[in-house]
Amino acid sequence: MFRIIHAQFLAPGIKRFVIEAPRIARRQKPGQFVILRIYEEGERIPVTIENSDPEKGTVSIVVQAAGKTTTLLNSLNTGDSILDVVGPLGKPSEIANYGTVVVVGGGVGTAMAYPTAAALKRAGNRVLSIIGARNKELVILESEMRAVSDALMITTDDGSYADKGFVTDKLRQLIQNGARIDLVVAVGPIVMMKAVSELTRKENIHTVVSLNPIMIDGTGMCGGCRVMIDGKSEFACVDGPEFDGHRVNFEVLVQRNSMYRTAEQRSMEDFKHRHEAEHACMATSSAASSANQGEQR
Amino acid sequence: MSPTVKKSSNPVAIKDRMKVPRQLMPEQAAEERAHNFEEVNLGYSPLLAQQEAQRCLECAKPTCTDNCPVGVKVKEFVELVVEGKFLEAAAKIREDNVLPAITGRVCPQEDQCEGKCLLSKKVKPLGIGYLERFVADYEQRMGTHVVPDVSPTGKKVAVVGSGPSGLTVAGDLIQKGHQVRVFEALHEIGGVLVYGIPEFRLPKQIVREQIDYMREMGVEFETDVVVGRTVTIDELMYEEGYDAVYIGTGAGLPQFMNIPGEHLNGVYSANEFLTRINLMKAYKFPVYDEPMLDLKGKNVAVIGGGNTALDAIRSALRLGAAKAYVIYRRSDAEMPARAEEVHHARQEGIDFQMLTAPVEFLSDGKGWLTGARCVRMELGEPDSSGRRRPVPVEGSEFDLPLSVAIMAIGTTANPIVQTTTPGLGTTKRGYIQASESTQRTTRKGVFAGGDIVTGGATVILAMGAGRRAAASIHEYLTTGEWEEAGQEKVSSK
Repeated sequence: MFRIIHAQFLAPGIKRFVIEAPRIARRQKPGQFVILRIYEEGERIPVTIENSDPEKGTVSIVVQAAGKTTTLLNSLNTGDSILDVVGPLGKPSEIANYGTVVVVGGGVGTAMAYPTAAALKRAGNRVLSIIGARNKELVILESEMRAVSDALMITTDDGSYADKGFVTDKLRQLIQNGARIDLVVAVGPIVMMKAVSELTRKENIHTVVSLNPIMIDGTGMCGGCRVMIDGKSEFACVDGPEFDGHRVNFEVLVQRNSMYRTAEQRSMEDFKHRHEAEHACMATSSAASSANQGEQR
Repeated sequence: MSPTVKKSSNPVAIKDRMKVPRQLMPEQAAEERAHNFEEVNLGYSPLLAQQEAQRCLECAKPTCTDNCPVGVKVKEFVELVVEGKFLEAAAKIREDNVLPAITGRVCPQEDQCEGKCLLSKKVKPLGIGYLERFVADYEQRMGTHVVPDVSPTGKKVAVVGSGPSGLTVAGDLIQKGHQVRVFEALHEIGGVLVYGIPEFRLPKQIVREQIDYMREMGVEFETDVVVGRTVTIDELMYEEGYDAVYIGTGAGLPQFMNIPGEHLNGVYSANEFLTRINLMKAYKFPVYDEPMLDLKGKNVAVIGGGNTALDAIRSALRLGAAKAYVIYRRSDAEMPARAEEVHHARQEGIDFQMLTAPVEFLSDGKGWLTGARCVRMELGEPDSSGRRRPVPVEGSEFDLPLSVAIMAIGTTANPIVQTTTPGLGTTKRGYIQASESTQRTTRKGVFAGGDIVTGGATVILAMGAGRRAAASIHEYLTTGEWEEAGQEKVSSK
């Protein structure tokens, strides 16, 4: 059992949990994630690590409610426990002094981009960060990102905060303004990472994306998280989750993440019905249409 | 000094023993069991067990024991069964095998003990596996496990992986008085015994009972630890004070064929398919949350001919598949699966497409699998494995309509421990280098065995490695001597 020592909403449907997990806290590096299971009948889902405190033995994770498991998770509070938390999984981000790095965080992906941005800054890079969200309420970790960036740009889809538009608009501007960019790191929804990769491919800017396929064990055993890289299968949990964005087949990732959509919707509906029956109303907003376990990171 | 010859207690005269037929294992009817996950074999009654045990020829030099990777004293335990001393028989097996209820069910006995049984030259071999299972289950029902009383040595051993080889090491070393802690990456103890082998072949309750017994003996378990990620071997040794480490991390990354369409929705690795069912209980969706594709009325095929392949396709059948195929590129004779499983699978109506291989997976244009384009094979010259190499027959292509295809064509080495442990030697193919006699690796105090050394093999071979490792760990902890690796034969896989 892993005790939640602090739980707090960062935005509607997006919650941060500080969990007691001393082993994970000691080893966690930027770019890695955990897999968790809330209760005995629960599924295993990969979740973003925002950061960790090795001294206190705690790990901070950020979860966006999308399907049943994440909705249930976001109903947990300080003092509750999570049955299983395993990690840190995946290869850490490759941190070096590249020169100028643009770190792009989309939605809840910002939570995963943040420790990488911080590490890149510590390694001496000039870090230009762009974070994007659907609207003002969903912008997360703004002050944290600002603290580790030489410049921070924010976009919202509806223009309710900062600049209206997409993260790619900002990236395009940077490129058009002739800024020298040595590396782009993009973490967020698949469409965003794909758009970023397409933009930087033309400019020949090395681009790293963090992939979020469906996963079970997270140790390479099951092969469920296979992604197509340069036409070949690689496993996101042991070979990734970070890959060269120019080599990733994003269509296959979208297609494979849709594999259980019917089951996920059924699971969510069952859950809502039961929940509604018990509590007459549901605290958390309903599932996003793209609800699925693979989209957590 | 003349040896004391113990008079046989067997009431059947030696000359008559070959006339007694091998006692059949009672089993669920094929048509019934094809639709449930209950165990296929029901087990011997005491009477059947004694009748079967009486067939033993009591060889002066029993080859069954020689051919057992953990060296179970077959003749001695069988004689105790003849005498009706079932608990003593169980204790006799436990001297060499800490998981008898499991090996009695999943060992390929035809390749091990029973394969060398003298009876098999004329008639069917002694049902050693069935007898082992019987006494282990009898002991469990009686609830009379003996917890050995040993004095602690003060030495600490970390075991990485709770599959058959890790459990064997833990079971053997705890009985020598060492403190043993087993680290498991998943949330449940048992490794392949819980995520891989299905309920109908090895009920999870049996695995839990064996593990509970180990707990009683003092073995500690810690789940949710991926050694190499959550903690490293170096940290275990230098910070957590373990005097020795055994690496038994098991099966590696599932292999794919690299043919077109393998990324389609509906194509699984056998490991994923079985993990969803066995570990995550996806067949109980939506009571359990882990989903899987609905197989009711669908055509499903497994690619491969090993135990994993049969476990996967027989699970698919139980989940309602209308047609369940095994697609195997060689012929019956080369199939690596356990004979009893092949027999059971045929009884259940699995369609074996032998000498056949897929060349492409077909799609509906929207990312979903609709079938496999297959080619028929014929056997050519022997290859490096000694088996005749399958060669495609020109113009033999045909399409098999499928909703789900499961790849069960083997695994490659999992790199996590190797890449995070400096000085740990690996083979060309990325497996851990270990001595075949002592399981020592190139790192002092670190031992390895099972699939992470040999590549995919069987439960009993992994247990054999565990047994050798435990003996050699005990020796190392007692003497402190470490022979430099490289002076002895190491696995060349």
